[in-house]
Amino acid sequence: MERIKTLETRNLCESAKNGGCGECQTSCQSACKTSCGVANQKCESAEK
Amino acid sequence: MVHQYQLGGYHIVLDTCSGAIHVVDEVAYDVIALYPDHTPDEIAAALMEKYAARPDVTEADLRGCIADVEALKAEGKLFTEDTFEDMAGTFKERSGDVVKALCLHVAHTCNLNCSYCFASQGKYHGDRALMSFEVGKQALDFLIAHSGSRTNLEVDFFGGEPLMNWDVVKQLVAYARTQEQPHHKKFRFTLTTNGMLIDDDVIDFSNREMSNVVLSLDGRKEIHDRLRVDYAGNGSWERIVPKFQKLVAARGGKNYYMRGTFTHANPDFLKDIQCMLDLGFTELSMEPVVCKADDPAALTEADRKIVMEQYEELAGLMLAREKEGKPFTFYHYMLDLTGGPCIYKRISGCGSGTEYMAVTPWGDLYPCHQFVGEERYKLGDVWNGVTAAALREEFRSCNAYARPACADCWAKLYCSGGCAANAYHATGSIRGVYEPGCELFRKRIECAIMMKAAEAAEAEN
Repeated sequence: MERIKTLETRNLCESAKNGGCGECQTSCQSACKTSCGVANQKCESAEK
Repeated sequence: MVHQYQLGGYHIVLDTCSGAIHVVDEVAYDVIALYPDHTPDEIAAALMEKYAARPDVTEADLRGCIADVEALKAEGKLFTEDTFEDMAGTFKERSGDVVKALCLHVAHTCNLNCSYCFASQGKYHGDRALMSFEVGKQALDFLIAHSGSRTNLEVDFFGGEPLMNWDVVKQLVAYARTQEQPHHKKFRFTLTTNGMLIDDDVIDFSNREMSNVVLSLDGRKEIHDRLRVDYAGNGSWERIVPKFQKLVAARGGKNYYMRGTFTHANPDFLKDIQCMLDLGFTELSMEPVVCKADDPAALTEADRKIVMEQYEELAGLMLAREKEGKPFTFYHYMLDLTGGPCIYKRISGCGSGTEYMAVTPWGDLYPCHQFVGEERYKLGDVWNGVTAAALREEFRSCNAYARPACADCWAKLYCSGGCAANAYHATGSIRGVYEPGCELFRKRIECAIMMKAAEAAEAEN
């Protein structure tokens, strides 16, 4: 596609099929403690 | 939902529900903006007129671009429908009453007297207290007993200042380690400290046992020492910086964050980031102050405008340093596009009051560290578990779709509905929204994604 470059990303719809193991870090258990976000957490299902 | 924005010379299109990110030129940017409400003929006509002076923009080319957009839509990478709302509560329902992370308030006291402290100098509006080993041990037993099938358990030693109860911290870590094998668990400890009591023992022990160390430093000496003072009013910068440098140097690559707070005194917080870099620190986190709007430290609307510009400049600085081979990390710009969280994580909320709880020195449970001291938010205690079942349900129902104000927000799958405590303090309800925080959050995500676009362009060249 000449005018569109698509970055490689995890497909969120696909992740619904086998996601939700719950092993990833709890959002606030990190550096922030005051401004929650989830996007910068790492998936840990492979390490389980 | 599609979100389009321009930043750093890039035209970026987010298809938020698939997670797809497209970096496009201005013509495709316009095609995508027009696509939902216009026919291909209308789009072609409108853009032929707009780009009449551009010889590279032909009707055939525009038709090709429209076909590309249609192909991406068919592939589920553009204009993906939001079908997640019904799933939003399922993860927490499926998890039952599992708890996997505790914030242990081992010391409700502090050796600094920072006026902006959300924990009111560590006391959380209550009495000064230290957690005993027995209470801490019971908390760890409670965590193990309620962790279900989770392997990774997280414990943050928090305060006040946890180093004021250091021996108990060490005993609790030692106890937890003895419980890992019999229960098939893996503890990850974090220490959050103001640095005043760091010595060789703290450095050795923390670098051996703590998965993460969060070191409170606000940046420039004059900024740090305005608020981070001892009870005699003396600044702490000179005393803590050498200790932090020694700890980090000995850390051997393990996780740490220099964690600063910016306030009305320093919306130009990039200078504080630069100061931390000059001191040799590379893993950085700077947070907007959380306080009442009438607090002198609170960020004003004018401050927030400066902060938004600072976020853009920060992204530029990070890209420049990366090119120079001197990269650094900013916590809120960490995005792993291929290995990031699954959709369940993104829609289920932060976990406060369900998988994550805070424990006071006397063993009371609260939904998170920011609710400690709010008596009506007491969930129970580490001996009897959660006794305020209705309160837990209130938190269980918090997710990315629980807040009406989030319905049309493109960023909700990045924040999962935001911080319940900030919402409560701003609006009186955990289902409210702390809009000033949202505004800054959206900017941070836009910057972080723009950096990914820049890195991809750099890799291509």
